[in-house]
Order: sequence, then C-alpha cells, then structure tokens
Amino acid sequence: MDFLFATILKIALVMGLVLLAVAYLTWLERKVIADIQVRYGPSRVGRFGLLQPIADGIKLMFKEDIVPANADRLIFLLAPVISIIPALIVFAVIPFGPSFVITDVNVGLLYVFAVTSLGVYGIVLAGWGSNSKYALLGGLRSSAQMVSYELSLGLSVIGVVMMAGSLSLVDIVEAQKGSWYGILPRWNVIPQFLGFVIFLVSSTAELNRAPFDLPEAETELVAGFHTEYSSMKFAMFFMAEYANMIGASAMATTLFLGGWQGPLLPPVIWFLLKVFCFLFLFVWLRATVPRFRYDQLMGFGWKVLLPLALVNLMLTAAALLIVS
Amino acid sequence: MEWVLFLIFALVAAGAGVGMVLQRSPIYSALCLILALFAQAGLYVLLGAELIAFVHIFVYAGAIMVLFLFVIMLLDLRPEDRSPVRSNPVGVSVGLILAGLLLAELALGVGPHIALGPRGAYDFETVRAVGNTQAVGRILFREYLIPFELTSVILLAAMVGAMVLAKRKLE
Amino acid sequence: MVPLWAYLFLSAFLFAVGVVGVATRRNALVIFMSIELMLNAVNLSFVAFARFLHSLDGQVFVFFVMTVAAAEVAVGLAIIIAIFRNAETVNVDEVHLLKG
Repeated sequence: MDFLFATILKIALVMGLVLLAVAYLTWLERKVIADIQVRYGPSRVGRFGLLQPIADGIKLMFKEDIVPANADRLIFLLAPVISIIPALIVFAVIPFGPSFVITDVNVGLLYVFAVTSLGVYGIVLAGWGSNSKYALLGGLRSSAQMVSYELSLGLSVIGVVMMAGSLSLVDIVEAQKGSWYGILPRWNVIPQFLGFVIFLVSSTAELNRAPFDLPEAETELVAGFHTEYSSMKFAMFFMAEYANMIGASAMATTLFLGGWQGPLLPPVIWFLLKVFCFLFLFVWLRATVPRFRYDQLMGFGWKVLLPLALVNLMLTAAALLIVS
Repeated sequence: MEWVLFLIFALVAAGAGVGMVLQRSPIYSALCLILALFAQAGLYVLLGAELIAFVHIFVYAGAIMVLFLFVIMLLDLRPEDRSPVRSNPVGVSVGLILAGLLLAELALGVGPHIALGPRGAYDFETVRAVGNTQAVGRILFREYLIPFELTSVILLAAMVGAMVLAKRKLE
Repeated sequence: MVPLWAYLFLSAFLFAVGVVGVATRRNALVIFMSIELMLNAVNLSFVAFARFLHSLDGQVFVFFVMTVAAAEVAVGLAIIIAIFRNAETVNVDEVHLLKG
C-alpha cells in the first residue's frame, strides 16, 4: 500500500512539474526570441509577463471548438489525445535524482524510444482527419521525416548503451559517475561526442522544431497538421510539442550529460539545470537557423546523419574492444 | 490479477483484429491493427518478455504501421462503397471454414491436454535475476550468431528491392 | 497463473481472423495487414511457449520474425505503390494483367 501511495505521489509530482514547465516554457521561448530580435516580448500580464501562460491557457479554454464539416470526427478528436499521451508518459522512467525515479525498468531506454515513436501518429492522424490539403501535406511530411530521423536517433544512443552495458536509465546514469584525471567529469558527452551531436540534431528533427519544422511550416502550409484545430484541441498539440521538448532535453541530459551527477549542488538541481540548458539551446536554434528545404532534410538525414551514426558505432565498438 | 490483465489484453486484441477485417476504411483497419499490436505487447509483458514487448512496439507501431498509414495517405484510399464482408460471400465462407477448422483442430488436438517437452534452463526467476535483455542478448549472440548476421543480408536486400521498385523509372 | 492453452487459443483465434481477412478483403493493403496479424499471432505462440518451456529460443525466434516482417513490409508496400502507379487501384481483383 505504501509503495502504491509513494508511486502515485511521485507521478502527481512529476506530472504537475512537467505541465507547469510546459506552460512556462512558452513564456521562456517568447521572451528569449524577443530578446534575440530586440523586442520586449510578453510584458503586460503580470510582472515581466509572468502570468501570460495562465492568461493564454484561459483564453484557449474558452475559444470556440470548431470541427471542419467534412472531417473524420473520430480521428479528428483522437489525434490530439494520441499526441499528448506519449509526450507525458516518457517521464515514467527518467531518473531525476539518485532515488527519484517513478519506475526503473530493465528496458528503460527502449521504452522511451517505443513511446516517443508513437507521437508521430498524433500528427499523421491530425493531417488525415482534418480533410484539408495543408494538413494532409503536413502529416505526410512529418511521417516521412520522423521515421527517417528515428533511425539515426536510435543508432546514436547505441554507443551509450554499449558503454553502460545496460538499457536501464538508472544504470546509464550510474555508469557516468566519477571523473577522469580528477577534473573531467565521466560524462558520455566526451567519449561519445559524435553520438551526442547526432542525438541532438535528430531529436530536434523528431520534435519538429526549427530548423526541421516542415510539418507545420507556416510560410507554405499555413500551420501544417494543426491548421484546422482550435481551442483546447490546439492547446493539446501545443502542450505535446513542449512536453516532448522537455522529454528530449531530459533524455539528452540522462544519456550524455551524466543525469543528476554533479558536485556541490543537490542532484535534482543539477538535473534541472542541465535540462534547462538544452531547452535554451532549442529556443536559440529556432531564433537563429532558417528552415530546411524538404529534399535537403531527407538528404541530410539519410546521407549524412545515418552514416555518421554508423561510423560512431564502429569506433565505439573498436575502442571498447581495445580497452578491454 | 494476471487473469484480469490477460482477459483485458486478449479481448482488446481479438476485438481489434476482428474490427480490422470488418472496417470499410483502410485507415480504420490500420488503427485497429495498431490497437491489436498494443494489446499483444501487453501480453508479452505478462509473459515476462519485456524486451520483445518493447521491440515489438518500436518496430510494429513505431515503424511498420507508420509506413502503412503513409502509403494509405499517399494513395488517398477512401472507404470502400460496400461492406467488404457482404460483397464477397465465397471468400467469407472459405475463410470462416478455414478458421473454424483451425480452431477445432487446436481445441481437439492440443487444447488443455497439451503435453510440453523437456524444460530449458531459463525459468521465470532465472531470467528475472539475469535481466530479460541480458539473457536474450546472450543467446542471440552466442547460439544464434549466424542467423542474426543473415538477417542483416535480408534487410539489405529488402532495402535495395524497395528502392528499385518504388523508383519511377530505371535509367 | 494463466495457462498455456489460453494463450494458444488467443493466438489461433488471431491467426484465423487473419486468414478470414486475406480470404475476404480485396484491398491489397488490408490483405497485407491481415498477413501481419497472422505473423503476430504466431509470435504470440512463440513467446508463450518460451515462457512455459523455460527457454528463450522462442523469444529469439520472434526477434527474427520481426526482422523478416519489416523487410517484407518495405518490399510489399513498394510493390503496392508500383501497382497503383500502373493500374490506379489497389483492388487485387482488378489487377489481372501481366503487362503494365
């Protein structure tokens, strides 16, 4: 009974934190991009516009909920739900601190990949169900893009798995304990730098964030897969995107930056700090880099990232053989 | 508890499987199949095969069914006009007879009286102690190394084949 | 503990549904999905037997079946697209010419 209670408490805490972070991530993004473009960003609602996410949430809830006349109603309703659930249940296996993980699964990493690979259904079904050509094009693009980049994403972390000898995220963090020569932390980002870069680029593509935001390219597809969505259904897509962003940052932290490991500060703080750095990087990227063309996107994924990931895999295997 | 979970997963898998055959719209068929595959992953976890369960979701739901949806959307396949089962009485009767035979064979031939051969070394507790992933990995890379390498040849052949077939014209 | 025959029965049922699907449907994609369902029904028996025979060979076999299924889907879907390009249909009854 105690176990059940503790687990439910943990789930509630993590979900609350993630949803709050999602809300304030939108604020952060608007502020940072505004700063980069020498504007003020949200500043009217509350001090520094800090109440803006709450105002946005209330506004979205009270907006009219429109379903297009010839839409496939069931699929149209299902799509936002399908896209937000995988985004949230990823956090079940992510270790926030030494003993602060909802559940440590033997196949944790595989679980994360299995779950995040489902996010594409939300987008594809939204594109199909809306019965609109922009949405359909966005859906088609995203299904091709996400399947292509999932390959290099999956291959980029195999080096980490080989070094830790386990698929459990807790074990992977534990394997990054200590330091080399007393100064360099034993984080995977140093021996697996190539893998880290590939992971970062492919997860940006998986998140449909700029410069890979072709499924919702506003200058050519209106808003891509969520063109026809309004009100809370639109908000769910929005929340899913930001929750996915936090999930990807947390995964990058866990796999390559030693998770909660770090000196002086308490572990959870270290973890959140590293996650924040990644989130900032994603926002920064969006403000800086222009969008890829579709053929460039496919060519880059298949002809550059995938071979590089294979090279990384071979080098890691060879290095491990020599060391042992 | 195990029975409850088994019944839930089994009913969902069976229902979704039947739904897949009965749906007029190919996209709904695909969705039903995805649901059935999920229920099956649940059954794998019940059977203590976590690795297979998640690989199953990753490969089937994450890649194969996305390809199906992609092709359905690309070819823009709208629902068929007539109920697929009613428009094809011969096929239905042949299919049902085959299915009935198969089920009857199982019920009569093996059924509850099934006799299992000699047991292997990997009972539930041993695998739990070593870890499912580690245990399967060890067998895969020791006893089944050559078949494992051969699958890569199959995948390569499939990759080349798919590209040649899907290309508009061979120059 | 759920007995082996329960899993086998479910597996046989799913396989039978797949057979009915292949026999009744005329849409090539749905036929293909039915074949996937049959493959998965067999996989379920493999895993169930692996559990009850205390052996992991069944799970390894499932692994191989999945690989072959993935290869099959890639080629199969490419063929369906090629047929659609020539015949403008995916109905297997209307595809009866040997020349494109």
